[in-house]
Amino acid sequence: MADRYQTLMNTGVGRQVAGTVGLPVPERLRRHTPGDPVAHGPVLLGEAPGGHLAKHVQQALEAAGVEVHTTPAGGDARYAALIFDASGVADSTQLRQLQQFFTPAIRSLLPSARLLVLGTPPDHGDARRRTAQRALEGFTRSAGKEMRRGATANLIYVADGAESGMDSTLRFFVSGRSAYVSGQVVTLRPDADAALPDDWDRPLAGKVAVVTGAAQGIGAAIARTLARDGAHVVCLDIPAQGEPLQRVANGIGGETLQLDITADDAPARIAEHLTSRHGGVDVVVHNAGVTRDKTLAGMDEQRWDMAIDINLSAEERINDAVIPILNEHGRIVCVSSLSGIAGNRGQTNYAASKSGVIGMVQALAPELAQRNATINAAAPGFIETAMTAKMPFGVREAGRRMNSLNQGGQPVDVAETIAWMASPASAAVNGQVVRVCGQSLLGA
Amino acid sequence: MPPTARRAAILGGNRIPFARQNGPYANASNQDMLTAALDGLVARFALQGERAGEVVAGAVLKHARDFNLTREAVLGSQLDPGTPAYDLQQACGTGLETTIAVANKIALGQVEWGISGGVDTTSDAPIAINDDLRRVLLEFNAAKTPQQRARIVGKLRPKHLIPEIPRNAEPRTGLSMGGHAAVTAEQWEISREAQDRLAMESHHNLAAAYDRGFFDDLLTPYLGLDRDQNLRPDTDVDKLAKLPVVFGDKESGTMTPGNSTPLSDGAATVLLGSEEWANARSLPVLAYLVDAEVAAVDYVHGEEGLLMAPAYAIPRLLERNGLSLDEFDFYEFHEAFASTVLATFAAWEDPGFCKERLGLDGPLGSVPRDRLNVAGSSLATGHPFAATGGRIVATVAKLLAEKGSGRALISICAAGGQGVVAILER
Repeated sequence: MADRYQTLMNTGVGRQVAGTVGLPVPERLRRHTPGDPVAHGPVLLGEAPGGHLAKHVQQALEAAGVEVHTTPAGGDARYAALIFDASGVADSTQLRQLQQFFTPAIRSLLPSARLLVLGTPPDHGDARRRTAQRALEGFTRSAGKEMRRGATANLIYVADGAESGMDSTLRFFVSGRSAYVSGQVVTLRPDADAALPDDWDRPLAGKVAVVTGAAQGIGAAIARTLARDGAHVVCLDIPAQGEPLQRVANGIGGETLQLDITADDAPARIAEHLTSRHGGVDVVVHNAGVTRDKTLAGMDEQRWDMAIDINLSAEERINDAVIPILNEHGRIVCVSSLSGIAGNRGQTNYAASKSGVIGMVQALAPELAQRNATINAAAPGFIETAMTAKMPFGVREAGRRMNSLNQGGQPVDVAETIAWMASPASAAVNGQVVRVCGQSLLGA
Repeated sequence: MPPTARRAAILGGNRIPFARQNGPYANASNQDMLTAALDGLVARFALQGERAGEVVAGAVLKHARDFNLTREAVLGSQLDPGTPAYDLQQACGTGLETTIAVANKIALGQVEWGISGGVDTTSDAPIAINDDLRRVLLEFNAAKTPQQRARIVGKLRPKHLIPEIPRNAEPRTGLSMGGHAAVTAEQWEISREAQDRLAMESHHNLAAAYDRGFFDDLLTPYLGLDRDQNLRPDTDVDKLAKLPVVFGDKESGTMTPGNSTPLSDGAATVLLGSEEWANARSLPVLAYLVDAEVAAVDYVHGEEGLLMAPAYAIPRLLERNGLSLDEFDFYEFHEAFASTVLATFAAWEDPGFCKERLGLDGPLGSVPRDRLNVAGSSLATGHPFAATGGRIVATVAKLLAEKGSGRALISICAAGGQGVVAILER
């Protein structure tokens, strides 16, 4: 799983050399396995005066079995997470509350710790409040770049009326599930009808999910993670991928659906399969995608069409067919890409498709909200897959190291993010695009 | 009277693409291929860890160690290890006969669901020691004293090293299957052109079926192969006309590698269940197995062609079900050889044959050619003997499901002068 440099630097000798020469040591990230506690130590929770979120955070975390401190224990105490409710910050002069809370505590962190800032959406309130709340972004992102030993920093804007919908999001960001997510901003919408699971280790129990491109790589990890969380997974891929697809499905008690998503009848066949076999669908994950790289000057029609059709147009057509059969608390989750945010040389077609996915997510979110459903996207950065293993050494190393965690992510990191979005408890998460990139320097 | 027990439903199928002999599956055993086909079926219908009422399958070319082939494949598959299984073998009729066997138990209420199928490899064929050596070794084993053993070892000769290789020939006539078919083709005056045309249509129909995604849910790729290796989408009568005669008289013969099935490797499975079980699991029914018949002919004494038994089985089946030959939407005739299919058709159009052999007043009738093997058949897919029945059943059941309603006739000729036929309905 870990790359060679990471493995080497985590040996005794490696650490010594790194320390002497000043090389970065990529931490082995804490990742979630079923049964793990949400936090691997106590959490320190602070608030700016006038805030209204801290008590909800405390309730939600204590319900998750987390030991919450509201004053620093002092001494040798090490925290799994520092969480600051900045919703009371209504003016830029009050931003110093951040410094006063974090500066004394930032050295008292366990490995793979979490820094979480909570605020109100910067498009709410008067100009002073909006200004101050917007400032949280620069603070959190910079903190993310300063974090050591696999720690991450993220910002959650909680709209008025969304306070009680934070559970799944807090659990995600505090736990090992968000190992490779850093420097991200998520907005929770109000009045969402979240369905809290009986068993937080199996939030998708009884749900039916379909994952496209499930035969290998990130798609296979998504299928496995959704199944781990309790879902029955329909693993979809092109017929030629049937052999590995069958192994994924058989490994997780799921089922295979072999078809080409760009075929004219694909949307109808998918909908028919889900309706006849399962009476509908709860989670649709648009993961299938291809790259057909060429600089614009050398781009041919075939490469262009293929990338756009598979990565974007097919998803639009499938949405048209599956939205009508989405069950209560339905979830659509897309896979965008850092290329879709930052752009990438040789990927005008691919980046267009992946940025189109973001547009689709934002455009469909209000419609899905009306159906008590959501649509979101994860945007992976450098993820260790068979595809990235084939990259030239220089490009691969640059991709791996040019982020705050000094390493590439694992397919499961993308899968965990998608599982969080897919949870019936994540009703407040809608129209969001969350990068799974270890806070990559690209497009940040 | 057709059977009146509850209906057995065909719910789907899975096969691996068929490969040519010594092709991509050269190192795969029957057990490997049958297990792969079973696992693909399990994955398609989410049957992991489920206990089937039974799994029935078989192989024509079988190693001695594979005496429990199907059970071993089940144990290696994702099915519940508590799933019983047995082997059945009726030459090329195996795959259809196993389907009939499972369907009958479902119809009688003895099992709720089961899996039928078949597998064959001509690449990993069983090569045995010859009978002379076998006798010597058995004698050696029975010997009691070192002196006796020494005497027996002294009997060993170089000829004992010649292995026993399975032959594609009838034990009672020594004639190969193709040789038998050539005699029949000549007897019924089946032209080379007609055979080549049937072969071409088989390839074209199979290619079109692949192109429209028909096999997306009938097949799981195996060892890198995702289509039948034998398929030649662009073949035509001119190309086929150039091929040499391989069976019958080299000059006047009509049978070529193009209009005869090649030796092949592959496996196929079919999922069957009661309607209740299918409903409980929300599995759509593709079609029902309505009735089946098996006939055998005396080819040994030359009274009938080796592969002509379906010509007798089908009239009996039609009569029992009160149907005439033209009352079907699909005709799935296994193309062992193009000439076999055409000779059967010719016999049914011949008043003499129908009167003398079948005891009918007039010709049985004609098979409408536009409803024959519309998704291709053995000439294009290849023919791993015991796997063919499962391929045909799943294919035609899906054709009926696509059409919405209708009736299909299946016919498979088999070595030993046998023919297995069945009616599917939806």
